[in-house]
Amino acid sequence: MTSLDVTMTVNGRTVTGRVEARRTLADFLRKDCAATGVHLGCEHGVCGACTVVLDGCTARSCCTLAVQADGAEVMTVEGLADGTDLHPLQEAFWARHGLQCGFCTPGILLTMRELLADNPDPSEEEIRESLSGNICRCTGYQFIVEAVKDAAAVLRASSADRG
Amino acid sequence: MKPAPLDYIRATSVAHAVQVLAENDGDGKVLAGGQSLVPLLAMRLSQPTVLVDLGGLGELSYIRDESGHVEIGAMVRARTVEISSLIADAVPLLPVALRHVGHVTIRNRGTVGGSTAHADPAAELPAVLRALDADVVVTGPSGSRTIGAADFFQGFLTTALAPDEIVTALRVPKSAPGTRVAVQEFARRHGDFAIVAVFAAVELGASGEIAAARIAVAGADQVPVRAAAAEELLAGQDPSPAVLRAAAAEVAGATRPFDDIHGTADYRKKITAVLARRCLEQALPTAERSSAA
Ligand SMILES: Cc1cc2nc3c(=O)[nH]c(=O)nc-3n(C[C@H](O)[C@H](O)[C@H](O)COP(=O)(O)OP(=O)(O)OC[C@H]3O[C@@H](n4cnc5c(N)ncnc54)[C@H](O)[C@@H]3O)c2cc1C
Ligand code: FES
Ligand code: FES
Repeated sequence: MTSLDVTMTVNGRTVTGRVEARRTLADFLRKDCAATGVHLGCEHGVCGACTVVLDGCTARSCCTLAVQADGAEVMTVEGLADGTDLHPLQEAFWARHGLQCGFCTPGILLTMRELLADNPDPSEEEIRESLSGNICRCTGYQFIVEAVKDAAAVLRASSADRG
Repeated sequence: MKPAPLDYIRATSVAHAVQVLAENDGDGKVLAGGQSLVPLLAMRLSQPTVLVDLGGLGELSYIRDESGHVEIGAMVRARTVEISSLIADAVPLLPVALRHVGHVTIRNRGTVGGSTAHADPAAELPAVLRALDADVVVTGPSGSRTIGAADFFQGFLTTALAPDEIVTALRVPKSAPGTRVAVQEFARRHGDFAIVAVFAAVELGASGEIAAARIAVAGADQVPVRAAAAEELLAGQDPSPAVLRAAAAEVAGATRPFDDIHGTADYRKKITAVLARRCLEQALPTAERSSAA
């Protein structure tokens, strides 16, 4: 059984740790980096709660070993806000009641951030398709879809401002 | 839901990966994107003593335009293939099919080599490889060999790969310009594995007749099914609704489905016929017009 040294950037901070090969990235982030916004629901890839951004693309941190992320840049939901300024998606989820218990929220926010980067003006169907990998047991998804539409409009307006 | 203790080696070359597998005599396992393997480790359905991670092998991460075919390195992510303009032009069935694999987040990590080696009978990529007569390039201790998709997929999660061989690339023949493609998949929810999925690539002749059709089915046998009788029936025909219906029945006839918690064999056969008809109609939208004429 091997333990290995890993170094990665988590929300802009360089972290180093010694991990067993079997440790998932999710457990490394939660237990060794205190990034407890990484939620673990199913631990086999189907609920989306553990979604993080790994080298620029979303990834299930329960289906990734920490050793696979050695040298990578990781962002968790903790990295989404700019200090006390919430990301437009977070603002919209708050304003639109896009969460109740909040268990699914970190994964959904990061998945929707990737959707809006690829497709700034998604249709409702596209939003729902993109949400299909993230299970929410509370909201019934309606307010999440509305929040994503609002955030998309805000993000489009701010990128138009920047010209 | 945590993997059992194991060793981990990051491969520095294909030769190194093969050497580690050979030394571990069947107890080693290749780790690619981890999207099938890590859940299997967590559920302890798979308990290798050592993982050989191909993640650092840039040499397996390429898409190359060759004469007559496209070669895709084993470590290319499904999402990369899905959005590649080279692939969209040369093998239009691939991106349409890969959009049905899980979710973007899964496709960001899952690799083409991993999906091929995993050989899930419901998976999209193996069925496309079967439809297009692609070759799987594998490397072992005594060198490389090329295995046709028809021989590569042997059973449920079972392939022609030896325990000390790895998949290094896929060679996918280019489709003729203008080839019409369609995929019809039935799953309980978007992103779930298919219960049944039908894949078609159809070339049309100068006067709108079907010059050649390639059809495969996922989820309707232990391996991807090629619908040869349906392809023969279609060749040279005008795509009339009656012809497409007859071909769809042949597609269902080629399957040998199984019962599982998602559906009975009988049910799978019935929906194969429906999905095959829809798939051919989608690939050949002129069907309605020629029937009206
Ligand atoms: C929620 C969810 C939904 C999914 N839905 C679908 C779906 O709808 N359709 C679908 O097709 N798949 C689906 N998948 C599986 C996904 O496509 C996997 O990524 C893919 O099957 C395996 O690719 P990987 O690179 O992740 O391989 P890994 O998980 O790393 O490996 C899978 C297996 O292949 C072996 N292997 C990997 N690479 C090689 C190689 N180069 N040479 C030899 N052996 C190798 C490994 O040893 C292992 O046995 C889903 C997965 C999840 C988590
Ligand atoms: S905890 Fe990772 S997908 Fe459910
Ligand atoms: S808000 Fe509770 S699971 Fe989504």
